[in-house]
Amino acid sequence: MKKTFADLHLRLNLKDSASASRIINKTAKLGYRLIVVPTTPETSQDETAKLQRICNEAKIDLATRIDIKPRTQNELTHQLRRLRRKFEVICVTCENKEVARQAAKDHRVDLLNFPSTDFRRRFFDRAEAELASKSLAALEVDVKPLLVLEGPARVRLLSSLRREIAIAREFHVPIVVSSGVSAEMQLRRPRELAALAFLYGLDETSALEAVSQNPMAIIKRNREKLNHRFVAPGIRIIKEGKDC
Amino acid sequence: MKRTKRRYLALQVDSDGAPTPKEFIDAVWSAVTKLFGEYGASQTGLALIDYNEGEKKAVIRTALATVNIVRTALASITCVAGKDAAIHVMAVSGTIKALYEKISQ
Repeated sequence: MKKTFADLHLRLNLKDSASASRIINKTAKLGYRLIVVPTTPETSQDETAKLQRICNEAKIDLATRIDIKPRTQNELTHQLRRLRRKFEVICVTCENKEVARQAAKDHRVDLLNFPSTDFRRRFFDRAEAELASKSLAALEVDVKPLLVLEGPARVRLLSSLRREIAIAREFHVPIVVSSGVSAEMQLRRPRELAALAFLYGLDETSALEAVSQNPMAIIKRNREKLNHRFVAPGIRIIKEGKDC
Repeated sequence: MKRTKRRYLALQVDSDGAPTPKEFIDAVWSAVTKLFGEYGASQTGLALIDYNEGEKKAVIRTALATVNIVRTALASITCVAGKDAAIHVMAVSGTIKALYEKISQ
């Protein structure tokens, strides 16, 4: 069966529609069928509509995402309550352990991300993985730092990632490999992202799942939940009106 | 001695300028060496088979056992000859003939 590839983290400058259009067209050409662009609650509807139009022209599916960086547990739960129904993907960048643990056990969080250059703040350990495995959160790995960093910084990052990926696999936490890039030249084909995942110790099958099945499963699940017919998992309205 | 199995990779260079064959293969060797060291690079048996400067397409050869290493190194390339660049793998094949057939499809 042909795989459907998705990039869950494509950073676009929404103000510059020419550049956004170039990047989206290139992404479609490289073989992606779905891209997820980070936005903010302040992003205007005009900008989103323009982005949607560009994606329609490029025949690529678009989903919206929000990256939140809460400082406390309370801030996290407050933001999730406010934003969950507005965005298809919610990613939490965990800057401290308290937030990381809360994010891992909250069913409203889709992706867990950790600062790529600050190795002391990568909190994805066995306890975190155990919590994440019981909820729906996946571990997101951006490829951009691997392309940008060099020397000891890249060595340390690879070492941390290899350890985290091994833990995630042990606890069956889904892994999502995203690009995280904002420049055209840094875009890579899905199979090239999977090839880079070889550096974290992912085999070919798992690496391909991390750029196809795992991200697509998150989008499918959330779109179903955001649908107005959704009531609860397994329950949806199939007909409404006076004749029911 | 057992014959070494090889794989041929068709590549598309995506860059602002048009790198020369030497600049291109130097970038590939440099990426392989940087990521896997000289020991890893020595196992790849890398060779440039064909390079079309106009179309910025190349064909390289590597040992079957190190295809993953080479693919990873190619994906990590961000500049060729000092200019921003990306190298995309278009096709992989066991023979040059089959590779050109795959590309032309």
